[in-house]
Amino acid sequence: MWTSINGKVLKTAFIDTLPILAAYLILGMGYGVLMSDAGYPPFYVFLMSAFVFAGSMQFVAVSLLTIKVMPVTALLMTFLVNARHIFYGLSFLERYKDTGKVRPYLIFGLTDETYSLICSQPHDPNNNKTAYYFTVTLLNHLYWIAGGVIGSVLGTALPFNSEGIEFSMTALFTVIFLEQWKQTKDHAPALIGIVATVFSRIVFGLDHFLIIAMTIIAVALLLLLHRRKEEEHLA
Amino acid sequence: MPDTHDLILFVVIAGGTAITRFLPFLLFPAGRKKPRWLLQLSSVLPHAAIAMLVVYCLKDIYIAQPQGFLPELISLAVVSLLHLWKRQTLLSIGGGTICYMVLLQQVFL
Repeated sequence: MWTSINGKVLKTAFIDTLPILAAYLILGMGYGVLMSDAGYPPFYVFLMSAFVFAGSMQFVAVSLLTIKVMPVTALLMTFLVNARHIFYGLSFLERYKDTGKVRPYLIFGLTDETYSLICSQPHDPNNNKTAYYFTVTLLNHLYWIAGGVIGSVLGTALPFNSEGIEFSMTALFTVIFLEQWKQTKDHAPALIGIVATVFSRIVFGLDHFLIIAMTIIAVALLLLLHRRKEEEHLA
Repeated sequence: MPDTHDLILFVVIAGGTAITRFLPFLLFPAGRKKPRWLLQLSSVLPHAAIAMLVVYCLKDIYIAQPQGFLPELISLAVVSLLHLWKRQTLLSIGGGTICYMVLLQQVFL
């Protein structure tokens, strides 16, 4: 594995992760500043960014820490905020099957952004891309840690107004959505994803809609696959 | 300074996050043969999951006022049009983000 991390892999991974570099550094700095305002030193920010490595959860955690919630409450909150990761793992069961020693690290580092970037790579079982997956995961991890630590050491806002920078992640997911749309003629899964999530957000409100959306998506996809299988039998 | 409670919460949150990431791989280990429905599900799931992520990012928009949804709507259109036109990922993301920041900071105050 290690020998296959060459200049070419590094360069491709670096270019592919550039949007994430910009966003993770700036959002990470925002997180570091927030933690520093809440009274946490850089080494604690480092611990969180290095070992939790989940942006939205870390922001939620700032308030969990400051109001000193019970550990069980924090655990339930973590499951609630991070439940979407289950979809990422289910998508990559095959892709991450033969990734050897780095497999636990790849799974540990499967953030929204790493997931979406690797999703946009065609999966070919005959072409082992472990070195690329590892490099992308590691680079994103380093960007995120660096942002957090820099923000917490400086403890002040950026020299420019970064309001709205978080949209770069929406833009990244949109681009990957468009790429996936072009790659296939089967648009039912993507449409199910949109309709189920919009529906859940409108009907169930901000707090728990994602879990409900995930349930609807899983059931709808399984029904779709089941129906197609029956049609195959009839044909 | 972080106290013991802070360190306990750190362990709980890091552990809880790791559980959500490792769970599918623990439920369906690499060595064991997977049922066909699961393999099919995992091949269609990315399309639904990315769609879900896009909508998730837009969860805070509201339609009662123009500034509640117009910056997002316009910037999403910019990202999509740039991407359908040039198909340069960095350009689409950069253009859309700058558009959003300008709208938020200068136009819809």
